[in-house]
Amino acid sequence: MPRTQHSLTYPQFLLHALRSATDGSKFFYAWMTFLTALVLVGANAWAHQVNNGMALTGMSDQVSWGLYISNFTFLVGLAAGAVMMVIPAYLFDDHEMHDVVILGELLAVAALVMCIMFVVADLGRPDRVWHMIPGIGRFNWPISMLTWDVLVLNGYLIINAHVAGYLLYTRFIGKKPNPKWYLPFVFLSIAWAVSIHTVTAFLYSGLGGRPFWNTAILAPRFLASAFVSGPAFVIVSLQIIRRMTGLKFGDGPMMTLLKIMRVTVVLNLFMLAAEVFTQFYTGGAHVTSAQYLYFGLHGKHALVPWIWTAIFLNVTAAIMLMTPKAKTNMAWLNTACVMTFIGVWIEKGMGLIIPGFIPSTLHELVEYVPTLLEWKVMVGIWAAGILIYTLLLKAATPILTDKARAHQADED
Amino acid sequence: MSEAPNPDTVGGLTRRDAVKAFGATLGAAAFARALAPLSEWKDGMDFDSFVQKHYKELGPNDMDVVLRRLEKSTKEEYGADVEIRDIKPLDGVQYGYALNLSTCIGCRKCAEACHIENNHDRATGGSYIRVLEMKQGSIDLEHGDSTYEHPVPQPNRYYMPVQCQQCDNPPCVHVCPVQATWKEKDGIVVIDYNWCIGCRYCEAACPYHARRFNWAKPEIPAEEVNPVQAYLSNRIRPQGVVEKCHFCLHRTREGKQPACLEACPTGARVFGNLLDPNSDIRKVLATKRVFVLKEELGTRPRFFYFFDK
Repeated sequence: MPRTQHSLTYPQFLLHALRSATDGSKFFYAWMTFLTALVLVGANAWAHQVNNGMALTGMSDQVSWGLYISNFTFLVGLAAGAVMMVIPAYLFDDHEMHDVVILGELLAVAALVMCIMFVVADLGRPDRVWHMIPGIGRFNWPISMLTWDVLVLNGYLIINAHVAGYLLYTRFIGKKPNPKWYLPFVFLSIAWAVSIHTVTAFLYSGLGGRPFWNTAILAPRFLASAFVSGPAFVIVSLQIIRRMTGLKFGDGPMMTLLKIMRVTVVLNLFMLAAEVFTQFYTGGAHVTSAQYLYFGLHGKHALVPWIWTAIFLNVTAAIMLMTPKAKTNMAWLNTACVMTFIGVWIEKGMGLIIPGFIPSTLHELVEYVPTLLEWKVMVGIWAAGILIYTLLLKAATPILTDKARAHQADED
Repeated sequence: MSEAPNPDTVGGLTRRDAVKAFGATLGAAAFARALAPLSEWKDGMDFDSFVQKHYKELGPNDMDVVLRRLEKSTKEEYGADVEIRDIKPLDGVQYGYALNLSTCIGCRKCAEACHIENNHDRATGGSYIRVLEMKQGSIDLEHGDSTYEHPVPQPNRYYMPVQCQQCDNPPCVHVCPVQATWKEKDGIVVIDYNWCIGCRYCEAACPYHARRFNWAKPEIPAEEVNPVQAYLSNRIRPQGVVEKCHFCLHRTREGKQPACLEACPTGARVFGNLLDPNSDIRKVLATKRVFVLKEELGTRPRFFYFFDK
C-alpha cells in the first residue's frame, strides 16, 4: 500500500475546506451577508472606541468591567460546555454522540475565538497585546490569574482545533484515525474544559476586596452554569444543522444532553440558592451587592429587572426540562433551551460581573448601563463567532457525510 | 476521476470562484472602511511608542530617548514645555503616610492639590484622593459618602481621605498580567503608563478604589500643565491606561513633601521615612493608636489613620 503523501493531501484538504465553506445556497449567502453586516457594525463601533477612548462605554472607575467581560465569562462557559458532548462520546461510548461530537469541538473553537475578541475589545490599549506574549513581552505568570486564563484558553483552542482538524483530515483521506494522535488529546480536553472555567472563576473569586465574588462556590457555580448553557446551545444547533446540512443523525445526542441538563440546571439553581442564603443570612458587607442586585439599594435598582428575568427564565426552563414533554416535543425542549441559555447569559453577566462592582470598594453606589456602542460591539462579536461556526460546519459536513474525499495517489 | 469539463472554467477557476473572490474583496474593503477611525488614532500609530520596551528593560540611553520623545509629544499635543525625568528611589528610605482623622475637616484641598500637581484631566476633575464623609460612631466605609456638596465640617461627621495605600502586599500588582505595575524599593507602587494594556484587572482587585483609568485622553490647557514631571508619576497619561497615587515621587524622592500634605490647612497629614527614627511619621506610629483600612484583607498598607482625641 502506498504511503499517503500528506504534502499533497493536506493542501487539498485545506482547499476543499475553503471551497465548501464558501459554497452554498442563496439562503447561505444571504445568511453570511447578514452576519458580515453585523460584524462590520461592531468593528466600526470598536474602531471608534479605540480612537476616542472607552469613555464611549457606560463603564466607569466604579464599574470598570461591563458588557464585554460579562460576555467573555459566559462564552468561556459555552466553550467548556461543549465537553458535555465529548464525555458521553468518549468516556461512555455513546456511538450516536460520537458521530456528532466534532460539532461540539468546533463550537468550542468558535466560542473561544469570541472570548478572545471580547477580551481585546475590553482593552484600553489593544495595540499593546504583544506585551502579554511570553518571550517578547512580560508575562506575569504564575502570579496573575489572567495569565493562567490566557494559557488555558489558548491551550483549549489548540486542543479542540487539533482533535477536530485531525479527525476531519483522516476522514478526508479515507484513513482510519490513529488513536495515539487524538485520544490523549480528547481526554486532555475533558480536564482542560474544567480548567478554563475554573481559572475564569478564580479571576474573580481570588479578589479579597470584592466580597460578592470572593466565594469558593464561584468555580463550581461557573461549571454548573456552563453545563447548562453549553448543552442548551448544542441541542438547538444540532437540529438546525440536521435540517440545513446533509448530516444524518437521530435524536439520541439531544436526549443525552437533555439528561445532562436535567441535572445541571437544578445544580446551578441549587448553588445560586446556597449563595443567596449565605449572603442574606450573614448580612453585613457580604450582602450589600446582593441586596443591590435583587432588591435595589438606596433607591438604585438598575439590575433588579435583569436578575429576576434570569431567575424566571432559569426556573421555568428547569421545570419544563423536567416534564416528560421535553423528551417528545422538540418545540417545548427548544423553548426551554433558549430560555435557560438567555437566563444563564444574564446570570453570568448582569447578575455576577456587574454587581461585583456595586457598591464600589469605598461603597459608592454608581450604576452601570451599557451604551449603544457596547451593544454594537457585542452584536458584532457574536455575529463573528456565529459566522466562524457556520464556516467550520460548512467545511466539515461534506467530509463527515463522505461527500468529500481526497484524490488519492493510489486511486489513479 | 471522471469530472465533466466545466464550460465556465478558465485556467482551473470556475465562474463561481471568481464571484467568490469578488465578494471577498468587497468584504475586505468594507471591513477596512469600518475600521477607518483607527487611522485617526494617533497614540497607536506611533511606531517608537509601539515598540518601546518595559521600564525595567530600558537602559539609561534608551530612557533618555523615551523621555525626550515624551517631552516632544507633550509639546505637540498640549503646547506645553515640560521636563520629564526618571527619578530613582533613594537608598535607606521607606515611605509611610499617616492621617489624623481628628483634625481633617473634609475641605478636599488635598484632592484639589493632587488634581493640579498630577496633571489630571480638567473636565472630569480627577484626583487620586477621595474624601469620605463618615458618621460618628462607625468606621464602616459603608456609612461613608464621597459625593457631599455642602459646607464642612458638618456636626457629628468626620472625614476620611482615601488614596493609594501603597500596600506591602498589593493585590493590584499581583493581578497585572504584564507586570506594568510594581512596588519600588522605597515602597511606592508605580505604573509604567507606556506598558499598561488597559485591562483594568488592577482596578477590580484594589480594595481601596485607588486606581483610575484614562477613559479618554486627558485635556489640560497649556498654561495649567505642571511642567515638573517624572516618567513614573505625574506626566500626562496616555488614553486607555491605568493611573494611581505615587506619593508624589517626583517631589518626595527629592526631599519635598507630597502636594496633598502641603495643601492641607489643618496639618492632618504626616509623611516621611519609616527608617528614620527621628521622622514625624515614626513619632506618630510610636505615640498614636494608628489603624489601617481593611486590615483583615492582609494587604499591609503603608497609609495609617489615627484619632488624636
